[in-house]
Amino acid sequence: MSAAFEAEGLVKRFGATTALDGVDLRAERGTVLGVLGPNGAGKTTAIRVLATLLRPDAGRAVVDGLEVGRDPVEVRRRIGLTGQYATVDEDLTGAENLVLFGRLLDLPAGEARARAARLLDRFGLADAGGRRASTYSGGMRRRLDLAASLVGSPSILFLDEPTTGLDPGRREELWQTIRSLADDGTTVLLTTQYLEEADALADEITVIDGGRVIAHDTPAGLKQQVGGQTVVVRPRDPDRAGAAAGVVARATGHDVAPPRGGVVTASVDDERAFSAVVRGLEDAGVAVTELALRLPGLDEVFFALTDGHRTTPREEP
Amino acid sequence: MTTTATTTTTAPADHRVGPTPPRRWPLARHSLALARRNLTTTRRNPGELADAVILPVVFLVLFVYLFGGAVAGSTQEYLQYLFPGILVLTTVLTGQVATGLSIVQDMKKGVFDRFRSMPVPRASMLLGSVLADAVRYVIALAVLFGVGYALGFRVETGLLPALAACGLAIVLGFSLCWLTVLVAVLLRDEIMVSTVGFLLPFPLVFGTGMAAPVETMPGWLQAWAEVNPVSRAIEASQGLLLGGPVAGPVTATLLWSAAFLAVFGTAAVVAYRRVV
Repeated sequence: MSAAFEAEGLVKRFGATTALDGVDLRAERGTVLGVLGPNGAGKTTAIRVLATLLRPDAGRAVVDGLEVGRDPVEVRRRIGLTGQYATVDEDLTGAENLVLFGRLLDLPAGEARARAARLLDRFGLADAGGRRASTYSGGMRRRLDLAASLVGSPSILFLDEPTTGLDPGRREELWQTIRSLADDGTTVLLTTQYLEEADALADEITVIDGGRVIAHDTPAGLKQQVGGQTVVVRPRDPDRAGAAAGVVARATGHDVAPPRGGVVTASVDDERAFSAVVRGLEDAGVAVTELALRLPGLDEVFFALTDGHRTTPREEP
Repeated sequence: MTTTATTTTTAPADHRVGPTPPRRWPLARHSLALARRNLTTTRRNPGELADAVILPVVFLVLFVYLFGGAVAGSTQEYLQYLFPGILVLTTVLTGQVATGLSIVQDMKKGVFDRFRSMPVPRASMLLGSVLADAVRYVIALAVLFGVGYALGFRVETGLLPALAACGLAIVLGFSLCWLTVLVAVLLRDEIMVSTVGFLLPFPLVFGTGMAAPVETMPGWLQAWAEVNPVSRAIEASQGLLLGGPVAGPVTATLLWSAAFLAVFGTAAVVAYRRVV
């Protein structure tokens, strides 16, 4: 078997709620699988099953060739988990947290300290290592969390919405880190609510909703299925918004909504239309402060994938 | 994307070195590592020690000055009589109130998920918490002795018997605390656990000859005091601190403690593994 992990037909119920209703997930070694879905889709439950924290009611999960239900302890030696909420001890310093996890992973004391220092350094926390985690900012806590998952040099990493609550700059940094981990050969499962994030990081994307897989594809394939990208133009001079709207309308062949707040937006069917917008703006001499091609939001993705028959989101425990 | 061989062999040195091989005595090593973590946490939140330290002293002062004159004719004589019982009360109360609560709080923290996703024996998470509380016992007893001596209490035997009395009380507190641990694991609710932990010591510690001679109590209470294991512990404590028969009550206390540990300790670990 060449899959780093594989789940088949996972079912998990909590009382009357069905969190997972037959979910299949699979990632080849050294790849990044993005699991995209709204709150309550079953993303966290799926991760918790793979990370040995929950037993499924049906289906099977195999991690690094080991059956999760049969050999949880061996599975735990091979995985790293970063939960949606901080999974470090807030009363301990950053360094103490990492050393503790190293000790619990059976590293000798010296090696645990050395590895903690290396990880703090790598995640830009060397100066903050002696401070309690409760004093960390959201971004620092996220990085410490990710560092904590790497203490055991896991070959498989489960990241549950790792960038939730981060500002854009920090998010970009974390993306870089995740990419470098994948480049080093770590298999990553990453859940997210943003197509943009899955697109930036994942080799393949599984879209789940209401505990079921509703799509599985490469990012390019998925974007093709979904379409609905939007071009956004903000002229430097708000009075030129009308001129910009004209350019966008000609380039995209779409009606352009009247500019709002000096911003012109229009949907694009073909990425080439974006180049036409860029050239058109230059020719028309419209200087811009913002010019972007935006991926569709989660709502639009689901609308496209389910033809609007969106399963009602269920509460995730 | 499917080139398995290349991705797994090009791993750099620090990363992807594979899982660390398991070492021996995982339960003991992991319990100690987690106990150390609990101690650090306690050191940084010294307020958590307050109930364990203050409550026994409050009982001591309250009983001595409120009832001392009535029960024993003089507060000084009553202090001598009462102190060995308060010693046992201290460890029972400390174990009951603190341990269960810290476990419930832990189970609700995010870091708990990380522990559970690591190759750590489940029992060591409970054991680490319980072991860390040994420090609470020691601090609470030290404060109690300090206040007791300030009020005029004097050990009538010697240093070693007095230390033995403390050790015995700690053994009893340690074994009885597994009852609250069991409650904590089953209920997982801070308020319930602290209520149970606070109420449980009352029949156990007060249904004894700690505060008044058993002969003065109604028949049903005498019957309970007679079979109550904590009665033996208080008799042992009186013997060790003031002189008197020791061998019988000490043996009985140790046997009872072993039984509590075996029953409640096992039940707590089994329940815990089922829950998590």
